[in-house]
Amino acid sequence: MSAHEEKWSTIGFDDRMATSEFRIHERAHIVVDGDACRGCSTKECVVACPARLFVPTSDGGVLFNYEQCFECGTCYLVCNKEGAITWTYPEGGHGVVFHRT
Amino acid sequence: MSAPDFDAIVVGAGPAGSCAALELARAGKRVLIIERGPFPGSKNMYGGVVYPRVLDELIPNWWDEAPVQRWVTRRSTMVMTPNQALTIDFRSQNWAAPPYNGATAYRPDFDHWLATKATDAGAQLLCSTVVTGVLRDSSGAVVGVRTDRPDGDLTARVVIACDGVNSFVAKDAGLYGKVDAANYTLGVKETLALPKDVIDQRFGVRGREGVDIEVIGCTEGVNGGGFIYTNLDTIAIGVVLKLPKLAAQSKRPEEIIAAFKRHPSIEPLIEGADLKEYSAHVIPEAGYSMFPKLAGAGLLVAGDAAAMCLAAGIWLEGVNFAMGSGMYAGRAAAQSLTRGDTSAAGLQPYLTMLKDSFVLKDHQKLRNIPHLVLSDRVQHQYPGFVANLVERVFRVDNPVPKPGLRRILREERKRAGIRWRDLLSDGWTGLKGFG
Repeated sequence: MSAHEEKWSTIGFDDRMATSEFRIHERAHIVVDGDACRGCSTKECVVACPARLFVPTSDGGVLFNYEQCFECGTCYLVCNKEGAITWTYPEGGHGVVFHRT
Repeated sequence: MSAPDFDAIVVGAGPAGSCAALELARAGKRVLIIERGPFPGSKNMYGGVVYPRVLDELIPNWWDEAPVQRWVTRRSTMVMTPNQALTIDFRSQNWAAPPYNGATAYRPDFDHWLATKATDAGAQLLCSTVVTGVLRDSSGAVVGVRTDRPDGDLTARVVIACDGVNSFVAKDAGLYGKVDAANYTLGVKETLALPKDVIDQRFGVRGREGVDIEVIGCTEGVNGGGFIYTNLDTIAIGVVLKLPKLAAQSKRPEEIIAAFKRHPSIEPLIEGADLKEYSAHVIPEAGYSMFPKLAGAGLLVAGDAAAMCLAAGIWLEGVNFAMGSGMYAGRAAAQSLTRGDTSAAGLQPYLTMLKDSFVLKDHQKLRNIPHLVLSDRVQHQYPGFVANLVERVFRVDNPVPKPGLRRILREERKRAGIRWRDLLSDGWTGLKGFG
């Protein structure tokens, strides 16, 4: 693969996320119930979240990050543990800001 | 009770909210739009095409001022397997001039422009403010909204929820029953930059003409579809993925886009393009069957908040349904305010207007199509069947003589493992559904 081809066809996930603007607020707008996640074997949020915000941990739980969230709602919609993901919008004016979408 | 702060509060400055507020303001009502983003459109993402016919009624000659990227003059529908693609390609120069048909546009531009029409007409716009719930009186009627501002309660005689697919307002007001992930898809999209002349050459268009390509069979076994839309100097490319199917397998959304981009019929179109923006949004995909209650005492719901996206295969529309339902919501609310009755019964004209218009007529007529399009057979069996069928027709097997078309159909149907019964039943559903 030439350097040129590499440039356009493969992009690392961090570089991908760096193309979107996020105005981060100090309050986490996603809250995850660790106990519920440890009891979940399927962890739908991990593969489905387009921003890769949910990462499984070695003790069977889920580590999450709210900062680069698209606010799409996929995580709480696919979650099969009632109440494991509490999801609200970030504070007004914060969160993702789209430009050419 | 003291007089409410506003006649009407519209939650969300997307296409539904701005059209609702425009109608209310023109009717002389005091209307406030509350937008959670820093500017209208900042939270909004879609595939890429607006069908603005409904704007003819609201903003004459809208095409002279709307921030459009390209006018769609070419529509392609593609059926794909990993190494095949069948394309039905249509072009019409009738769509290259007013009154136009479809347009590609960036939602932060388009929605911002539409909100300006509402504020020009007298609506007030409050950005960077989240509506966290509805206020009710002792009878349960909605009388305002709670916001995340200090002392942020705001009262109104009627609230119109245009707060998008996750509509916490409609949910808080109890208009939705149980929310089922199977009714939703995730849309992920890349905005890719290329020089305008390169896009023109690769897509066979000139000037402001644009292309809309919709694809089935390109989502790596996850039920869904793909899309490509041309902007002036960018290409929007992405996939929509049925949520439970996405969650039940191991490929991530961006990997499914990457595989789509590598397809031999797609790669030459986007080669050398730089990623400018990656984005994601959820789509209410199931149409009429997932609609919430559309009206309650003091409350109307419109646009994606009412699940009004139309995902019917050859028709993928949403912004027009948002603008249409928003316009009727605003109109009905204004009439109810004038009559002094914003009870559930007083707001019923909204439903009548929707029933008399494309908004409910299209959704009712096409109510079975979204399920058919995302069904396992249409998604996983038919693309290969159709592609192999066409490949057999075009393949020259000399010295073997050409088989008849009926024989090809029989053999390929068998090879694809499709039962006649299912094929006929799906065909009938399609014929009936598309009317």
